[in-house]
Amino acid sequence: MSVMSRIALLGRAGLDTISALGRSGVFLFNALLGRTRFGNSFTLLLKQLYAVGVLSLAIIIVSGLFIGMVLALQGYNILVGYGSEQAVGQMVALTLLRELGPVVTALLFAGRAGSALTAEIGLMKATEQLSSMEMIGVDPLKYVIAPRLWAGFISMPLLSMIFCVVGIWGGALVAVDWLGVYSGSYWSNMQNSVEFFDDVLNGVVKAVVFAFVVTWIAVFQGYDCEPTSEGISRATTRTVVYASLSVLGLDFILTALMF
Amino acid sequence: MRTRNLELVVGVFILVGLLALVVLAVRISGLAPGSAVNTYSVHAYFDNVAGLTAKAKVTMSGVTIGRVTAIEFDKTRYSARVDMAVDSDVNTLPADSTASILTAGLLGEKYVGISVGGDDEVLADGSEIYDTQSALVLEELIGRFLLNTVSKDE
Repeated sequence: MSVMSRIALLGRAGLDTISALGRSGVFLFNALLGRTRFGNSFTLLLKQLYAVGVLSLAIIIVSGLFIGMVLALQGYNILVGYGSEQAVGQMVALTLLRELGPVVTALLFAGRAGSALTAEIGLMKATEQLSSMEMIGVDPLKYVIAPRLWAGFISMPLLSMIFCVVGIWGGALVAVDWLGVYSGSYWSNMQNSVEFFDDVLNGVVKAVVFAFVVTWIAVFQGYDCEPTSEGISRATTRTVVYASLSVLGLDFILTALMF
Repeated sequence: MRTRNLELVVGVFILVGLLALVVLAVRISGLAPGSAVNTYSVHAYFDNVAGLTAKAKVTMSGVTIGRVTAIEFDKTRYSARVDMAVDSDVNTLPADSTASILTAGLLGEKYVGISVGGDDEVLADGSEIYDTQSALVLEELIGRFLLNTVSKDE
């Protein structure tokens, strides 16, 4: 009996996972392809761009600066042993553009904006705002969900590019101004080795993919959560955990495909 | 009024993001629009390019006057063909100038150094530098040095 019920539990967990995947796919499809009047949805998108993008700027800039500075410091300490400390600019730029820029931005974005999205939508569901909208004939997918999805898709790649620029500038601050690497070789080594299409644009493609995944997970977890205070807290935790894990996993796959 | 402020802030955010992309393109990856227009291309055949890469510097008297655009193996001549784009301001290079592959520092990056010749004709777009000097390969140098010491001993 106990063995049978354990197998049944396993089956139920599998079915739950698959049906959640299916629901999230249908949810995304409906939210993105639903038509709305342009003027109205633009104002909604604007508010979400402010909440999701502009308010995340501070944490992105500060962490980009420090990560760039640490990269330059570590790279300098290693490279100076080989007498090639002028390659530190190239190392900082490639590390940030290819990996750390998109990945760290996505992780911070999941923590800063994704959790907020989940909690906000979850609370709307728990206080029955979503069902009231349906009652008065407003589709919550179009009014609440779609602007948040688009805001995430648009703002995260922008944040990732800002992160890279600030990080490289922070690296220059440490390497050139503090450690005394010649600034001409810092920048020219970087320009010689960084390819616009191979490095910069692939980084942007990564950021777009991560933006899609993180925002999708955050919004769906909020929309699909159990409408209780405990359910909201669980959904918020799930957003951060699932989004971080899928970003790291996807990063490996994308890197294997791109470079 | 509040919506207007919001629009302004979001607009600034998007502008800053796009500006970051421009900085990445121009300052970080050195993608300068229209820079290909005011250069002319010359090529040279080397026996061994040993670590020279595309985008490496082409210098004269230590000053950068161009970039390496492509390196490929020529299967009929069994040597490496190096294509270079030289700034069109520098249009007085004699046709018998020498191109050699040099190294910045002991282990630094490889670059092409051009030393001036004495011909009256000058290099034009598409012309070849005939006089070339291959890269110094450290292993060959060490091998020759070892051979010398062995033969001295005998």
